Amino acid sequence: MTGNATQFQNDADRLTSDLTHRQRIQSAMTKYYAARYPRQAIFRDWQEGRQTAAETKWAGINELDKHLAEFEKNAVSRGTSVHWTSTSEQARQVIVDIIRRHNAQRIVKSKVMTSEEIHLNQLLESLGFEVVESDLGEYIQQLKNEPPYHFVFPCMHLSREEISDLFENHLGTAQTHDPEALTMIARDVLRKKYIEADIGITGANFIVAETGMISITENEGNARLTAALPRVMITLVGIEKILPRLADLALFLPMLATAGTGQPLTCYNTMYGGPRQPGEVDGPEEWHVVFLDNNRTTLLADPEQRDALHCIRCGACLNVCPIFKNVGGFSYGTTYQGPIGSVITPHLRGLQDWKHLSSASSLCGACTETCPVKIDLHHHLLHNRRNAVAEKPGRLESLLWQGFTFLMKRPWLYQTGLRVGRLLQPLHGLVKGDILDPARAWTKSRELPEIAPVSFRDYWKNRPLVSAGDRKGGPP
Amino acid sequence: MTERDKIFSRIRDALKTASPKPGSHHLGHHPTAQQPDSLTAARTAASGARDWLPSVGHTEAEWITLFTKNSFDLRTSVIVAADAGAAHRQLRALSEAEGWARVATHGHGIAAGASAALGLNQINTDGGYDVHALERCDAGISGCDALIAQTGSILLTTRSGGGRALSVLPPHHVVIARLDQMVPDLPSAYELLHHTYGPAQWPSMITIITGPSRTGDIERILVLGAHGPKKLTVILY
Ligand code: SF4
Repeated sequence: MTGNATQFQNDADRLTSDLTHRQRIQSAMTKYYAARYPRQAIFRDWQEGRQTAAETKWAGINELDKHLAEFEKNAVSRGTSVHWTSTSEQARQVIVDIIRRHNAQRIVKSKVMTSEEIHLNQLLESLGFEVVESDLGEYIQQLKNEPPYHFVFPCMHLSREEISDLFENHLGTAQTHDPEALTMIARDVLRKKYIEADIGITGANFIVAETGMISITENEGNARLTAALPRVMITLVGIEKILPRLADLALFLPMLATAGTGQPLTCYNTMYGGPRQPGEVDGPEEWHVVFLDNNRTTLLADPEQRDALHCIRCGACLNVCPIFKNVGGFSYGTTYQGPIGSVITPHLRGLQDWKHLSSASSLCGACTETCPVKIDLHHHLLHNRRNAVAEKPGRLESLLWQGFTFLMKRPWLYQTGLRVGRLLQPLHGLVKGDILDPARAWTKSRELPEIAPVSFRDYWKNRPLVSAGDRKGGPP
Repeated sequence: MTERDKIFSRIRDALKTASPKPGSHHLGHHPTAQQPDSLTAARTAASGARDWLPSVGHTEAEWITLFTKNSFDLRTSVIVAADAGAAHRQLRALSEAEGWARVATHGHGIAAGASAALGLNQINTDGGYDVHALERCDAGISGCDALIAQTGSILLTTRSGGGRALSVLPPHHVVIARLDQMVPDLPSAYELLHHTYGPAQWPSMITIITGPSRTGDIERILVLGAHGPKKLTVILY
């Protein structure tokens, strides 16, 4: 097992039996379901909408080169600088160069999941820049020195008491357990940051080829401020966020809001198409769009799983996933958690290192069913399992199967095994659940079924004979 | 070869094998090659959205009712006034109730008119502005491009809304709009943008505002005014 798999198993083990943790996720998710399903129900046709969204992304992704070039042409014509980066290192370098060129010191960020992917904050901090996350949840996670727990709800695992303690420790504010008062503390601190910042860094939910714009979805207004006040704006975005036309957003924005949080539309959906233009009163003097590949083209090269690039990061597949609800967001150890993370991480960071996530699934298909762009998530988990074994057959696993085959082909051996097992089972009670127990992985939280006193085979052989007449009434 | 070339060549190589159209995954493990024209035959959200999105009704009166209902759910206040004079009086009442001392606005016809009628200290963002002064304003008063009935939203750009910050920095955003700016749904809002702005005027920011700023990050409990305005008012006439 790789280190990642061990870490996953240990964390998952610990958190599954942490009832407070589970209760917190449960309560957050109950609120999500209550908001989402009624909202989805008022669509004239949600299912056809999903199909349309899936086909639109499919058309975008399958002509990705054409659409990216179109974006570039349009954005550059309005004075935008477009940068292309293949790796995390390159993306980090491009961003640091821009910051240095402006002699900038203070940086404010709105939510950028891709920056988690390239570990941007750690780098900028180590170089002595001040970087502040402005999304409330991300800000809390930054103070906590933890990555986001869920890529849509970054601090859903924390209680208001914990957040209050955190603010008291870092900001010296008085204790309060009122979510509104806590939010206002962050608002006051961050207002100053937007105004003082030299550089604003944002992500993007969509790249619109037709008009050379990006679209940002948010509720708080922090991204709007980040894109309005600092004199330089940098947008870091994965190349797969493409949409061919501006009006495609008419479907994608409400679907993202509905699947993401159960809102009709997220509070601010803002499209940016350049730095400040002639005749405009504000906005950054420069806008840099940094495109990141970081192995997205590896996933693109797999036609079977290419649709995983259609993901609009709504987070719905996490919210419905029985595994996520038990093991929580941190156990995954990935930037993107839940089913979509389990599908794409092996492509982005190595199949053998991340294949274990594809096995952490009950294959119930809830993710596939909830996905607004119809990504075939649970089949992709199977595809990953198949590919992992094809690439590197597991010795232990194949040995186990050989043993099983050997046993099943020899009824006498199987019978003997059963008899011995029946005799030994009472002794199992002595070690059950502890370290000597061979079935520990199962018995530490579950009962082992008892071996039946008589096997079916024995029962059949010795069954009381009944006459043909008695059988007429059928089974009792 | 530049990094751009490398990325584009990886993309082109990857796309040499077609991927199955969505919904056809279960037909087999090996995707069949697509007909060359099938990409363009895909349904597009741009043209089909209206068929799937929530219903909006057919008349302007229905749209206004829907907009008002959605706004109520979103905690946006909507005030429908009889004429410009009544709208100005409504704005003044709001200003007095909240004790505004300073407001910000821009040279947009009806928004500027309404703000002037307040007789308060005001910043006009048109000629550039000091960000600290804007931050100290009690309200930002702006125009907009359209109101969207389907979602209770306001469509606003740098050109119709006095720049990027006026509508998001002050704690109260007031939109002054005319009833005939109501559009039924999101597709209409996007059509309108293409009508209003030619390539030379195309704004660097277009935003769809749906309710006052909010967050649910702390225990998924709704709090208004996370970073943007705590209040949003639409005065219509
Ligand atoms: S895979 Fe689908 S459900 Fe999951 S985050 Fe992406 S779009 Fe949402």
